[in-house]
Amino acid sequence: MEQLNLGDSKGINRRRRSDQTLHMIFLACTSIGILVLMALIVTIVMDGVHRLSPELFTNFPSRIADKAGLKSPIVGTIYLLLLMAPLSFVLGVGAAIFLEEYAGRSRWVRLIQLNISTLAGVPSIIYGILGLAIFVRGMNLGRSLLSGVLTMTLLVLPIIIVAAQEALRAVPKNRRDASYALGATKWQTVSSAVLPSAIPGIMTGVILALSRAIGETAPLIMIGALTYVAFLPENLLDSFTVMPIQIFNWVSRPSEAFHELAASGIILLLIMLFIMNIAAVWIRNKYSKNI
Amino acid sequence: MESIIQIKKLNLYYDTYHALKNVDLDIPEKTVTAFIGPSGCGKSTLLRTLNRMNDMIPSTRIEGSVQIGGTEIYSEEVHVEALRKQVGMVFQQPNPFPKSIYDNIAYGPRLHGIRNKAELDQIVEQSLKQAVLWDEVKDYLKRSALSLSGGQQQRLCIARALAVQPDILLMDEATSALDPISTLKIEELVQELKSKYTIVMVTHNMHQAARVSGQTVFFLNGEVVESANTDTLFSTPSDARTEDYISGRFG
Amino acid sequence: MNKTSPVAANTKSMTFRRSKTRISDKIIPILLGLCAMLSVFTTIGIVYTLLQESVIFFKEVPVWSFLTGTTWSPILPPKEFGVLPLLGGTLLITGIAIIFAVPIGLACAIYLNEYAPARVRGVVKPVLEVLAGVPTIVYGYFALETVTPFLQKIFPDMGIFNALSAGLVVGIMVLPMISSLSEDAMRAVPKSLRHGAYALGATRFEVALKIVLPAALSGVVSSFVLAFSRAIGETMIVTVAAGATPQLTLNPLESIQTMTSYIVQVSMGDVPRGTIEYGTIFAVGLTLFVITFLLNILAQWVARRFREEY
Repeated sequence: MEQLNLGDSKGINRRRRSDQTLHMIFLACTSIGILVLMALIVTIVMDGVHRLSPELFTNFPSRIADKAGLKSPIVGTIYLLLLMAPLSFVLGVGAAIFLEEYAGRSRWVRLIQLNISTLAGVPSIIYGILGLAIFVRGMNLGRSLLSGVLTMTLLVLPIIIVAAQEALRAVPKNRRDASYALGATKWQTVSSAVLPSAIPGIMTGVILALSRAIGETAPLIMIGALTYVAFLPENLLDSFTVMPIQIFNWVSRPSEAFHELAASGIILLLIMLFIMNIAAVWIRNKYSKNI
Repeated sequence: MESIIQIKKLNLYYDTYHALKNVDLDIPEKTVTAFIGPSGCGKSTLLRTLNRMNDMIPSTRIEGSVQIGGTEIYSEEVHVEALRKQVGMVFQQPNPFPKSIYDNIAYGPRLHGIRNKAELDQIVEQSLKQAVLWDEVKDYLKRSALSLSGGQQQRLCIARALAVQPDILLMDEATSALDPISTLKIEELVQELKSKYTIVMVTHNMHQAARVSGQTVFFLNGEVVESANTDTLFSTPSDARTEDYISGRFG
Repeated sequence: MNKTSPVAANTKSMTFRRSKTRISDKIIPILLGLCAMLSVFTTIGIVYTLLQESVIFFKEVPVWSFLTGTTWSPILPPKEFGVLPLLGGTLLITGIAIIFAVPIGLACAIYLNEYAPARVRGVVKPVLEVLAGVPTIVYGYFALETVTPFLQKIFPDMGIFNALSAGLVVGIMVLPMISSLSEDAMRAVPKSLRHGAYALGATRFEVALKIVLPAALSGVVSSFVLAFSRAIGETMIVTVAAGATPQLTLNPLESIQTMTSYIVQVSMGDVPRGTIEYGTIFAVGLTLFVITFLLNILAQWVARRFREEY
């Protein structure tokens, strides 16, 4: 019997070796991502952890590093979050429901969809300019919490709309058919048969959008969230500040002590984001089996 | 039996595709009428004109008349939600909502304004009894409907459709996704129901039509070829094409 | 056509009228439609705001000298309003970022797609997602406090504020974007194509390079364009680490200013409405918006135009 001719072994070996080499190169490149993340976390923790103390929560920002705290930025961030959440949820999910369930596929609708995905790519500082011109100056709301809430809502809206649309689209068609066949109107079908299944996906999208919002600095600088706020906002029209802006303020100072404070602020901010992301994942996992 | 549904010169187009051609058909009350024919012949399409489910396909165009209970259902004055309450539908794939068994059945009545818990309880029990599912689930009404087997889910869907007290029940290949035992249970169920409801069923299985229905309609290429008493159609069909289909020469 | 016809005596006569009309079904679609229109109003608002104030600005400063001038000194006399230094600074940062992020991002995507075992994917993908979610101010801190001192050991005459540090960190920021979008594009290539190539004895690299990449090219290139656009619009990293010196230079070791960091700088001071300095916010903002808008349109066009349908 003839032996199987396995061909040009030198050529195959060469190809296999280059494949292995490239495998290593690709692996190395991918490790860069992991290394960077580790470097980031280690640096920040090392710089900031010894400044973590209860005073951070109880003190206002101050010119004296040892007396400075994050009370007003933390409260400002929380207020921003609490006010943005319902507003952006209602507007974003409302738009998504309209586009998915009511609007059809005409040219105008596709244009609106294109518009939304374009808005998602607009730099956040442009939203800041918009907020400055329309809310702060145009509507005379001034450099207030309300201006901030409205500006940031516009910023996250495209993200929420896209996430909500995907969640609605994931509900199978026969769910809607069953509802219509029982004599439901469109809104009854959407609210009772479609939305309940889509809510976990929507909630996940909203939480992720909000976690992006509380990390944003530039738009709030534009609308005038101050960098030195030693009081808590009492009403919607008061000035305010948020954590990223305070961190920015401290980083911009030449003193090493303030840089360490910035790092501790970053640790707190990252913890907030971590909690929010865990919540999003938990919601997605808890409710996904019901779909 | 008098006819409760009267279809005259019905033509249906999807854009330019002529799906139903000049359909003239009378469907008698309180009987089981079966639509049979090879796939793509229009039987499901015709079924869906009866509860106007094909309104939801944007390119649909209808000419002709469909009268149910003496009323032209495609007239402007008819509210399609009220029509669908009277003309219920069960689909090929069981499609219970991801809610409890109770909430699935109560969904329909709640849509139409019934809120009283005692009344809903009674409707749920009655509907599940009619669908021969009550004994199997009566202690588990709060459990998710998705935990039921395929055959049970389909009986749940039947109960759900019956909960709004329709006069007519449309079944679109309702057993083709089920195992033979569940299929048999549902066929028995249909025999029970026909004393109260008019049933129109589309089936790709002509033996099922022969077993279950009183009237059979044979479709081909969007046309009604023959409509007759089931025994008559299967033993002495009057059209050659019907005979060919029944004897398995095509389809 | 008769609406009703006489029915036989035994059959029930049915009419199909709703018992009550629901107001919610009439009002709710309108409310929902307004929510959707909000996005349109937002875009109109952005364009209108930028244009309106820019028009006022360009009455004072001719468009031509704005677009071609090589000195940017809007506050200190002698006042000059040439945007090229800002544009140059932006492009320098973006260029560094892209040179760093494209090869590495693509390598990550290829690795995750063709080589990585599931366990490794389970670690790398979350890491990339985390990198994508880090707030930019945190990256700014990282650039200033960690990357710059590290680079200063390699380039001793580099200043604290420089383009290289910021550019690299912007690259790190857009890396996950390139990696995950490219990976999505590659994953969309049907397995049957890959299997056909493997069955002919191709190595993993050959499959990735010759089969998968060409098929996924539109999505991959689109991801590059999107990353480029994102890098151009980046604000906080460059504000913290790149400096505030508007100058046209190709030297990454020097301090520069980008369009975005200029806008931030100006608005942190009190700029009265109606002054020419106020107008610069909008003129520069308009430039930035037009560039990123065109890039986003380009990205979508690329994704669609060269997509191979399966």
